[in-house]
Amino acid sequence: MAVTSVTPGADLRSLDVAAMLKEAGATAVVVFALTIGLVAFKTLDVPGGIGIETRFADVAMCMALAFFGRIALVLLREHRPYPVMAVALTFAIILTASLLSGQIFGPAAEAQMKMFLPFKAVIVSWIICVLAWSFAIRAAILMRHQGVSVLRDEREAMMDRVGAAVQRYSRFLGPALLAFAIVFPLLPFVDRRFLDLGILALTYIMLGWGLNIVVGLAGLLDLGYVAFYAVGAYSYALLATHFELSFWICLPFAGIMAAFAGLLLGFPVLRLRGDYLAIVTLGFGEMVRIILLNWYEFTNGPDGIGGIARPSFFGIPFKRNAPEGTETFHQMFGLEYSTLHKFVFLYFVILTLGLITNLFTIRIRKLPVGRAWEALREDEIACRSLGINPRNTKLTAFAIGAMFAGFAGSFFATRQTFISPESFVFLESAIILGIVVLGGFGSQVGVVLATGILIVLPELIRELHQYRMLAFGAVMVLIMLWRPSGLLAHREPTIKLGQGDKRGGEP
Amino acid sequence: MSAGPALLTIDHLTMQFGGLVAVDDVSLAAKDSEITAIIGPNGAGKTTMFNCLTGFYKPSVGRMLLDHPNRPFYLERMEGFRIASHAGVARTFQNIRLFPKMSVLENLIVAQHNKLMRASGFTVYGLFGLRGYRSAEGEAVELAKYWLDRIDLTAKADWDAESLPYGDQRRLEIARAMCTEPVLLCLDEPAAGLNPRESAGLNELLLFIRDEHKIGVLLIEHDMKVVMAIADHIVVLDYGRKISDGTADEVRRDPAVIRAYLGEEEEDST
Amino acid sequence: MAYFVQQVINGMTLGMIYGLIAIGYTMVYGIIGMINFAHGEIFMIGAFAAIITFLVLGIVGITWVPLALLLMLMVTMILTPFYGWTLERVAYRPLRGSPRLAALITAIGMSIFLQNYVQLLQSARNKPLQPLVRGGVEVMREGNFVVSLSYMQMIIIVVTLVLMVVFSLIIARTRLGRAQRACEQDRDMAALIGVDVDRTISLTFVMGAALAGVAGIMFLLYYGVIDFFIGFLAGIKAFTAAVLGGIGSLPGAMLGGILIGMIEALWSGYFSVEYKDVAAFSILILVLIFRPTGLLGKPDIEKV
Repeated sequence: MAVTSVTPGADLRSLDVAAMLKEAGATAVVVFALTIGLVAFKTLDVPGGIGIETRFADVAMCMALAFFGRIALVLLREHRPYPVMAVALTFAIILTASLLSGQIFGPAAEAQMKMFLPFKAVIVSWIICVLAWSFAIRAAILMRHQGVSVLRDEREAMMDRVGAAVQRYSRFLGPALLAFAIVFPLLPFVDRRFLDLGILALTYIMLGWGLNIVVGLAGLLDLGYVAFYAVGAYSYALLATHFELSFWICLPFAGIMAAFAGLLLGFPVLRLRGDYLAIVTLGFGEMVRIILLNWYEFTNGPDGIGGIARPSFFGIPFKRNAPEGTETFHQMFGLEYSTLHKFVFLYFVILTLGLITNLFTIRIRKLPVGRAWEALREDEIACRSLGINPRNTKLTAFAIGAMFAGFAGSFFATRQTFISPESFVFLESAIILGIVVLGGFGSQVGVVLATGILIVLPELIRELHQYRMLAFGAVMVLIMLWRPSGLLAHREPTIKLGQGDKRGGEP
Repeated sequence: MSAGPALLTIDHLTMQFGGLVAVDDVSLAAKDSEITAIIGPNGAGKTTMFNCLTGFYKPSVGRMLLDHPNRPFYLERMEGFRIASHAGVARTFQNIRLFPKMSVLENLIVAQHNKLMRASGFTVYGLFGLRGYRSAEGEAVELAKYWLDRIDLTAKADWDAESLPYGDQRRLEIARAMCTEPVLLCLDEPAAGLNPRESAGLNELLLFIRDEHKIGVLLIEHDMKVVMAIADHIVVLDYGRKISDGTADEVRRDPAVIRAYLGEEEEDST
Repeated sequence: MAYFVQQVINGMTLGMIYGLIAIGYTMVYGIIGMINFAHGEIFMIGAFAAIITFLVLGIVGITWVPLALLLMLMVTMILTPFYGWTLERVAYRPLRGSPRLAALITAIGMSIFLQNYVQLLQSARNKPLQPLVRGGVEVMREGNFVVSLSYMQMIIIVVTLVLMVVFSLIIARTRLGRAQRACEQDRDMAALIGVDVDRTISLTFVMGAALAGVAGIMFLLYYGVIDFFIGFLAGIKAFTAAVLGGIGSLPGAMLGGILIGMIEALWSGYFSVEYKDVAAFSILILVLIFRPTGLLGKPDIEKV
């Protein structure tokens, strides 16, 4: 055991074992109640109705884990890291070995080691493994710091500093990220899958930046952002299929349509406050989806619209063989034909659109209207007393946010070449809002980081597939609990006098 | 008292909330380059009157005429924000309402919103960084600097407003109101919570505003030392009604005022 | 006329279910001022708990319908509160006093989590249940059209009304109800005068979850089929009902629920089934424009 500088036990209350067991028992009972219904019995489809299958072992396992987990938490709280360390470390090592046994010792060993796993599902075992490691790490921290646990406030202050640092270095970080984004499709290992992932991520980043104008700057809680995305997508799809207009002509039009939809919704409802606005925008999002679903003559209903044209390289198509008298992209640039070209091009289109959104946001923050948005978020009454028209100011934020969603929507339509109402469900709005809030209000880099965590990571970890949304929900909750103001929340003034003392808050 | 026409004339102002009459048939006049104090016990309807005046409430009955140099305005007919943007009435709040997460300088720039909005061609020119907007922003910063110097906050211009000490926040709120370049400034208990030194500084600031900027100042205040020291004209409200109106000396001797305050000698404890 | 009466009866039944869920939203909003987005999932979990209980009862051999119904009700009302309690304890309590958006995102995250939790454990398939309560009474007849009130609808309406009365009494008469109202007014002050705020908030979630569980059973029995996604739509409609009635008001939640149910039933009956939700949301927007605090909500005077 480590030598301690403070006499051990002197500042410790004696451990109340009975109370500890009671607490752990209570946790186990709660877990029992949570699992007995849904975990213990699985409904099965059998001919003529449904049958049932039992999984009592899993319930027992959950209870045991909850019981010991709680004991570990109590021990850590009471500054007794050693037993936690010993047990958690053993457990973690066994679990890790079992999980990795396939890779290390081959399939035979894997089959043997399987018996050590608490659950059949590998990913659940991994989560428990990670939890065990985190207990061990917390115990280790506690051992080093002799009972000084990292307090919430300290953690917050630390993350504030990180946010500020990111903001300060964003002058370098931004261009670095941009350079990476530009080089990315040209990297040798980048195949179709990576390219698609890049396009997906950039679409969400652009949507995040767009929604950031509404939620982050103007403080308007919009739960129906996807509606504007849908308006943009359908505007382009309909124009492209009915009138055969090119992407570049339709793009501004799709943005205008979405902005118009924003005005249409915003005009009556923007005087509602916070949560009322949230529910109304949510309702609007659903309304748009339902209309798209049922207005068969116009939108083709649930069958969606297919055969939407891909964008051309300013009039030059990405085809293997050009029609008489024209050139295709690869001929024009003397490249060998590759199907990848058009995806690389799509990638650069969305990158450009995203950049425009970003530059626009950076710019408009420093203009009177941007400052008025932020002021409205801070205090609407004060704004009115200064002669700022709250309704018009909110409307501009709403419409501009919607416009970027419209741009992104028409890009989505052209990338997919097929759209249907299924792509525009509430979950999408929730994901975009999650990206904005998790990233940290107003932080542009935060949006990128949050997209990385919420969109890219789950796609990269393939084992996650059916647990993807479960993990998504859990990560959203955990990040918010860990840092309620968002990962990189930090606000830099839009204008500085640059004389006198350092900023407040860090005296 | 200086002569001249009244800047603000309130006639028969009444404000009812359901059965409660918060302001009951109050008439008064306030002049340019004068500080008009409105005093009275708690619940006398002072803040409600301010809220009517600045468009947060629509008065039940009454007329409020502001004799703006450009043209007269009937405030009771105007939308709240236009009272500030067009009629030039600025105000502060009893519970300070700054933009807490924005910097001190930004607070002062936001106050010049309408001017800057026009200069930025309603955002269009500004987006492309045209020179017209940049020079307008420069002027706005100059005005902000002028007031920052006045309230001794130049050194803290880049602080978040929320990190300022209380007294600084009070002064910043006044400076912010002044940045809208008003013709009438309404202050709701600006001395509340200030220590004697800060309170003296506030008096100086208010006198400066009156003498140098020649605008009308309406002042709700509980601190009688402040009121007696700087007010040119005092209006006393009690239970929503005006019970006295005149100079400090006149009001002090008015039996109605003495009656209203009897037993409430600790009137400055809010 | 007969058709209208029938639609009103159907709408009433549906409205009762929405109302029961809406009470949970309204109580939580009243006391901690947040939209408990995951509340709809608790309703869904209630429906699942009920169907599982029914299947287990079938295995055990209890098939007498009244007893089975009673046991389903009891088991669900015991199990769902644990979800409500855990939700508050794990996801919301640590965020009290944080930015409002943080709590909202957590709630949305929890909603996504619970949906997928149930989907993973119980598969994404529809779960059908044969009708347990058949038959009904004839209310009126007009030509060939018979207006009927089924026994199931009666059960739903009666149970809801009983629960409504019981809960109103709890809020109006008991210590817990007083504590709740105190916390609604001013949480810090309530704590100062000895109200256990944490416990009161926990119990609010417990009560709301129990009612949502009951709504889940009724949904299951009434429609005879459930899946893991029913919580979303029912949830937002119930929240719409709570807002429509005036959030924070218990009778308002019930009134809003019934209104939403009626609008849906009548719109489906006379116009189109597809656009019934559009109608419900449009009415919500209209009501909020003209009465921003809902039908029974106290109009709030802006504090300046």
